[in-house]
This record gives sequence, C-alpha cells and structure tokens, in this order.
Amino acid sequence: MSNHDWRPAVDRALELHRHQPGPLLLVLQAVQEATGFIPPEAVPVIANDLNLSRAEVHGVVSFYHDFRTTPPGRHRVAICRAEACQAVGADRLVGVVKDRLGVESHGTSGDGAVTVDPVYCLGNCALSPAVMIDGHLHGRVSPERFGLMLDAIRGNAP
Amino acid sequence: MTRVFVPIDAGALSVGAELVARAIATEAARRGVTVELIRTGSRGLYWLEPLVEVATSTGRIGYGPVAADAVPSLFDAGFLTGAPHATRIGQPEGLDYLARQERLTFSRVGLIDPRSIADYRATGGFRGLERALEMDPGAIVETVVESGLRGRGGAAFPTGIKWRTVLGTTSDRKFVVCNADEGDSGTFADRMLMEGDPLVLIEGMTIAGLAVGARHGVIYLRSEYPHAARTLRAAIAAAREAGYLGASVAGSGRAFDVEIRMGAGAYICGEETAMLESIEGRRGQVRFKPPLPAVAGLFGQPTVVNNVLSLATVPIILERGAAFHRDYGMGRSRGTLAIQLAGNIRRGGLIEKAFGLTVREVLEEFGGGSLSGRPIRTVQIGGPLGAYLPESQFDLPLDYEAFAAVGAMVGHGGIVAFDESVDMAAMARWAMEFCAIESCGKCTPCRIGSVRGVEVIDRMVAARARGDDDGVEAQARLLRDLCETMVSGSLCALGGMAPYPVRSALDHFPEDFGLPAATTSRAG
Repeated sequence: MSNHDWRPAVDRALELHRHQPGPLLLVLQAVQEATGFIPPEAVPVIANDLNLSRAEVHGVVSFYHDFRTTPPGRHRVAICRAEACQAVGADRLVGVVKDRLGVESHGTSGDGAVTVDPVYCLGNCALSPAVMIDGHLHGRVSPERFGLMLDAIRGNAP
Repeated sequence: MTRVFVPIDAGALSVGAELVARAIATEAARRGVTVELIRTGSRGLYWLEPLVEVATSTGRIGYGPVAADAVPSLFDAGFLTGAPHATRIGQPEGLDYLARQERLTFSRVGLIDPRSIADYRATGGFRGLERALEMDPGAIVETVVESGLRGRGGAAFPTGIKWRTVLGTTSDRKFVVCNADEGDSGTFADRMLMEGDPLVLIEGMTIAGLAVGARHGVIYLRSEYPHAARTLRAAIAAAREAGYLGASVAGSGRAFDVEIRMGAGAYICGEETAMLESIEGRRGQVRFKPPLPAVAGLFGQPTVVNNVLSLATVPIILERGAAFHRDYGMGRSRGTLAIQLAGNIRRGGLIEKAFGLTVREVLEEFGGGSLSGRPIRTVQIGGPLGAYLPESQFDLPLDYEAFAAVGAMVGHGGIVAFDESVDMAAMARWAMEFCAIESCGKCTPCRIGSVRGVEVIDRMVAARARGDDDGVEAQARLLRDLCETMVSGSLCALGGMAPYPVRSALDHFPEDFGLPAATTSRAG
C-alpha cells in the first residue's frame, strides 16, 4: 500500500480521536476499520502525532490479536477454538479450512479471497460450534455446511 | 394488529432469525395481513431459536425452532392467533426450563424491544434510578452493601464495598467502568443482557455514578460482540434523547454519561487493571495492586469497575430494596446466578436462579443430557481457568464457597459440558496453551510457565506413547510443581488459575495422561 492510500485514513483517525483521553487504541481501530490493517509505515506518523514513541505504538499494535500489519483477504472468517466449541467438534472446522483453502487456522488463502483467524469465544456457546463470517455469526455449524459457506464466499466478489 | 416477536440476539441470528423475520414480513404482506414485528433479545432457550412469539388473548405463544421456509406453514396454520403447529411450544413461561427460573437481572430480556425507552419504562424501567435520585449517595451505597450483591464477573467481591471505597475518595473526577469483556468460553450472559436489555445496564451505571460521585461511565466491550455494540449504541442514544443520560439525569441537575470503548481481542483485558490500561490506549498489561482501582483506577482516578451483570442487578435492588435481593440464595452467595449452559448439551441456554442448584440438576433437568446422546464425562465451570469436575462432583451446589472448598470456582457461571469422547490430557494442554497465547507477559510464572506447561504435557503424552511409565510419572511431578509455581507466583488470575483446569484433569482423569486411574477423588 503506497503512502497515498493509507495517509488519508490515518489523518482522519487522528483528527477524530487525538483529543480524546487515551486515544491510541481508538486511532488504530479507526485506521484498521478504514484500510483493513495497520500499515507499518503509519506507525511513526501516529506516534509523532500523539507524542508517543514508535515502540509504544508498535507495542500496542503487536499486543492485540485484532490488529493486522498486512492486508487481509476479501472475506474474514473467525473460527471459535474455545472449550465450548471444542466440546462439539470445532476442530473439524479447522480441517475444513485446511482442505478448502490450504491454510491452517491462521492465514489467507492463496487467491486472497479469505483470511481465517482463530478466535477465543464468540459468545454463542449454547449453539456451538460457532464461526463468524464478515461480521455475521453462525451457530451449530457442521463441517459440511461450513465447507459450503466457504465455497460460497470464495465464489462471490467482495 | 397482531404483534409478532423475533429476536435480534446474536445467538438467534446465528441460526437464522433474520431470515425468519424477513419471511414473516414478506408472507404477511403477500397475504394482506398487518403484523407489528418487534425485535427482542433472546429468552435464552437457545435450542428453540429462532423462537417466534405471537401476542394472543391468552398471552404470548411461542413457536420454535422456526426455519424461514416454514413461515408460510405457520401462517396457514393460523399462528397469529396461537393455533397449533408442529413447532408450537405454548407459552414460553410454561416451559419447565423458564418456569423454574428466578429472573431478576434478566426479567425483561426476550420480552421487550431493547432499544425502546417506552418498552423499558412500561416494564418498570428507571424506577430504581428514580429511587436513587431521592437518596443520599451513602444511602445508595449501603443499600447495595446490604443486598449482598457480589461481583458477577468471577471474583465475587462485594459490589457495595467497592462503591464505599470510591465514595470515600475526594477526587472530583471519578469513573464508573463496566467490564463487558466477556471472554470466558461458555459464557454469554453479558452479551444476552446487552443485546436484550441494555437500558438496565445504563440505569445501573447511572445509579453507580450517583452513588460514588462519578459523571463518566465507560463500557469496555469486546470486539467479538459487534451485535451487542450496535444495540448498546442505539440504547445509549435513546437514553440521551429521553434525558436519562447527559448534563441533567432525569431532570435532576446531576450529570452522567456513558461511552463505549471497544476491546481488540485480548482475553487478559477482562482483568480489571489490564482493562484500564487498554482504555487508556496501552498494551493490556496487568497493574500491580495496590493501589486498588477504587483509589487510583482509570487515568489514575477513583474508579468503580463492575461486571455487566453486577451493574444490571443494581436497578432492581434500588427499586425493591436490599432485602428483596438478599432473600435469594444460600450462605454468603446472595441473589441469583446467571448460569450459562453450553458445549455438548441438548438444551443449552441461560438459567437465572438463586444460588444452590446442583450441577447435576442443571445438566439433567435443564440441559437434558448431552447433545451427542453419550454420557457427560466432565464439565468445566467458570471459563477456561475453571476446574473440570468429574461426575462424582456433580452434586455440588452452585455456590461460591462450596466450589472454592473443592478447588473449583463458579466464576461468571458458565458450564461447558463434554461427553465421554473428551481427551483430558488435550484439555489440560489447551489450558496451558491458551494461557501462553493470552498472557500479557508481565510476570514470568504466567508468560514462561504456560509455555513450559505445554511442553511438559507434550512430553507426558510422548512418554505414554512409548510405554515409559516412569517418564509419565516424572513429568506429572514436574507439571504439578509448575502449577504450584504459577498459582503462587502469578500477578493475576490468568497465570494464577490456568493451573486449575490442569490440576483437576490430573486429579480426576489421570488415566488420560497414562497415569494409574484415580481410586478416590483427590480434590478437597
């Protein structure tokens, strides 16, 4: 991503949040919302604006699982790997991802269509196993249905 | 015009409630019938979701689970008048699952439009706040102390005592922080409440603000809950519009407002001091205590930090009085517990009931046994840091002290059932792995101990595979020693309690590790 692409999003995020108390997380969340990830080149810009060290900004980016430093695929799939979903076979969903997309539980498919992340609880534990696809929650997801869902989003344009 | 209720709860949506709602609207239009479609929270009867309810002359009649393509058949059958249909369950309140509950905190969840001030007021909303506005701050605090309300997030610290400390500080800038970082697997009560009755949380936070002299409220909400975020934002906007939040709460001249701060996918931020760090825009690393957050919390100011359910229980305490709440429960566990039944279970859902139900009653009478139909071998209670209980402990009552006595914890009330296919060595390894993934890194026992824990369990499994009994025993001793170090030496509950599931797995299911089977339970 060139400077031209991410700069407006960073400026907007700073504009919106720099006057709030404890703004860094808010700024990073706004940047990721707009661009899909935190471009490493944006770290010194954000640090400078908020009067923080680059290390402080990088430290926050790397601490939280949500923040990415590379562009995600066009679709986002989160598979719950926590206990309640394990109890009803969530591990089989990871197998489906491996078969269909050729990635482990963390990564982006070769065609750039789908990024898969593990997540530790989506709060849908009475309807496990649960996955979230592009912000939509799905419960009681069988491996068969999950495979069809992945096929469907790969076939669709973003 | 007939009123039809369809949940917008994330769990209900996850099994198709949105499609059902659309199908009802489409089918009604096609038939020229007018229905008023009201979106509610979930009743917490998740095996029946999507659960559609219709207001009839004999009360609300439920149909569930309803698939979108079954909607025309519901109209054909005459569901708008409560007529029979294959999915008809009658009045939901008539189901044993609900009839046996005591819903205080969740009294409105599933019944009303969560974003409607009018619905909220019509069901007794803001009465607690109105009472609080007539009271001195000290009297509000003492009412909460007398009610026996204890923190519902897991640590079970008396809520009123925390408030008393904050009230006693002199700062002119104080905060009320709601911990909505519900990260424990098997728990979803906070989510259900925020999606089903967010105004009761806002009312509870406002009362807390009046009690301790705080004008700012912050809800720290986990990013995995986008549906709750939407509903909360709508409810906050509605409360501001109606004058319940802002410069003059309900015309009292006293200010209080609430903002939402989203988490970013870090389990540790459910620990209160890590959460404060995160709200301040830093890495979610645990702080040393003292000072307590009640003295120096958010931005160094006196701060009340309470769980969603603790705050949401405050309005009914103010409305009905301390004794009303205290009269529920057993021993020192007063009021109700929001039990969340999850995992491999036929009827998972929310069970709000006075403390004291046994685990077996919950699993069998409410849950109806495992989803797979195989015997339930163990349950994990209290999230990923909670102990695994064997069948021999299923008669324990759900009570903070009774659980503590056997090295377990009630925590946030999540119960995750596993059938006999579970491999307890794998679950113990997972507990350590999860701790390694989520450790904030501040203290060594947690940061390094969890990694070593995974390795030791891997070596146990390898020793077992080659039939090396001495090797298994040696690694088991090392694992117990490591657990001891983590429990005694960690800064917070993550490293301090991750050994609980590990030890309980070793104690009750040694055969899964290649150790001799337990003859008697070693817990206690």
